[in-house]
Amino acid sequence: MGAITLTRYLASRIGQALLASFGVLTIVFFIMRLSGDPTLLLVPEGASLEQIAQLRHELGFDRPLGMQFLSYLGDLARFDFGESLVQRAPVLGIVAERVPYTVALAVGALVVALGLGIPAGIAMAVWRGGIVERALSGFVLAGQSLPTFWSGILLILLFGVSLRWLPTSGSDGFASLVMPSLALGIVAMSTFARMTRISVLDELSRDYVTAARARGLSRGGAVLRHVLRNAAIPVVTIAALEIGNLLAGAVIVETVFAWPGIGQLAIQSIQSRDFLVVQAIVLFVSLVYVFSSFLADLAYVVIDPRIRMGR
Amino acid sequence: MSQVLAIENLSLSIAGARVVDGVSLSVAAGEVMAIVGESGCGKSLTAAAVMRLLPPAVRQEAGSIRLAGVDIARLRESEVRGLRGRRMSMIFQEPQAALDPLSTVGTHIAQSLRQPLHRVRAEVLRMLDEVGISDPARRIDQHPFELSGGMCQRVMIASALIGRPELLLADEPTTALDVTIQAQILDLLRKLARERGTAIVLITHDMGVVADIADRVAVMYAGRIAETGPVDALFAAPRHPYTALLLASIPRLTDVPKSVLAVIPGRVPGAAEFGPGCRFAGRCPLTEPRCEAEPPPLAPIGDGRATACWRWEQMV
Repeated sequence: MGAITLTRYLASRIGQALLASFGVLTIVFFIMRLSGDPTLLLVPEGASLEQIAQLRHELGFDRPLGMQFLSYLGDLARFDFGESLVQRAPVLGIVAERVPYTVALAVGALVVALGLGIPAGIAMAVWRGGIVERALSGFVLAGQSLPTFWSGILLILLFGVSLRWLPTSGSDGFASLVMPSLALGIVAMSTFARMTRISVLDELSRDYVTAARARGLSRGGAVLRHVLRNAAIPVVTIAALEIGNLLAGAVIVETVFAWPGIGQLAIQSIQSRDFLVVQAIVLFVSLVYVFSSFLADLAYVVIDPRIRMGR
Repeated sequence: MSQVLAIENLSLSIAGARVVDGVSLSVAAGEVMAIVGESGCGKSLTAAAVMRLLPPAVRQEAGSIRLAGVDIARLRESEVRGLRGRRMSMIFQEPQAALDPLSTVGTHIAQSLRQPLHRVRAEVLRMLDEVGISDPARRIDQHPFELSGGMCQRVMIASALIGRPELLLADEPTTALDVTIQAQILDLLRKLARERGTAIVLITHDMGVVADIADRVAVMYAGRIAETGPVDALFAAPRHPYTALLLASIPRLTDVPKSVLAVIPGRVPGAAEFGPGCRFAGRCPLTEPRCEAEPPPLAPIGDGRATACWRWEQMV
């Protein structure tokens, strides 16, 4: 009975992800068009009206919106994101070149966030009301309150300038990834710690924990064998959203640390009014959001038999 | 008969208020002892104290809880853990909530044996069969949400009894179940207790359940035992006004249809309102000045019965 419901569940999630992706493409297209004539963003200052009209025609912005939308979808289907008018190169190549850096940064930040946040959350719940919780909650509060641009600069001062352990900026291998990952991961770490704490506390108060202890499990044993898996469900949901937030935060962190990812590219492209590159980055980040939600849906299947069985 | 469980003068407090006050009771092997009382009378806390699973806010102020002669309150946590599931175990009111939704039936039951399921699978299957679960080979790998409430309670019973404990605490084991399922579960408990010589402490607020399966009963009111004794004698001739009023408030099939339900006027006092005397004095039809001033001790009145009432002789 499980196989059919599982297939149906996955089919519906894939369908939803595709629908959401199409929604994203559509919204990005219309926001870009409705916020003004894109041609004006592309022409150099002081261009004549004729030059503007000619460029508009070349780029096809004088066609009806519906036609433009269809050719935009057609281009996307062929992975053609157009050509950057600033760099005179295909947008896809420009963005693709930067993606690995941002992925490395996001993975590094996730390692920091999950690796510190989840154990901290579990410890805060299990040793509730004790010194452990008070110490950790101060740490978590600080992590959540420090703005990334400031904590980034503090990290540079400490590890880069005073201690000289790590390079202050740039992309010179693993060592230069450490500080940006910390700066980006700390905020997410606090989110994970708080969510995990609440989720574990919630599960700890349930009857099945008392019942497990009545069967002879220690409190720690009950946490390991029963509580953590149940508590993981809401944390997975947050993790999916947090991946999207990390990409948003990457814009600041990459600028502070001169890390050549898509966040830095986005800022540079906005400043140089490189419209098509910005559009491609917005699309990429939005699709990552959609994809990570889909991954969360897959994770539920692994964790929760009720979803496997369609209950 | 040797006593499996002997609770002596147990007192529990929450923030200084004695929510269980001087409770003494004992259960012998193969015997079913019911603790009956309204919500909040301390019956569940008494059971939790036996398992040493009291909520953190509750403190044991006094008394001893002896399992086969050993005082549980004096043991280290690791020693108590060794007893749980093996020598004493517990089943709960909401069987579905008492099972981890993400773990299988077999995993739960195997935990009482401290073994991974694959090593004790045959034993677990036998136990499932014994508690009346059909098709154990399929059920053993199912999750609680695939089972009915009655089946979940059978799984709980299986997990509680597979370690062959001397004592089983059953906290409202049938309250959440349909009436027909209730009877089946009670029969099962009774049968297993007899066969295995397990002592059962059954906590309930349902006099019908008490009459069904208990040998002896302790009636609790506001943290104290009001009256205790063999079920038949106590039901036939209560010797505490609270027991009498409780029994009188059970609707009967012979009642005139739509007749007014008998109720005990007033309400149970909160822990902050306990006076120096009998805690039932404010609602008791037999109250005299002495009742308000001095708490009546639980005194033996013959035939294995005891009552905590100054005026019980008025009821003879």
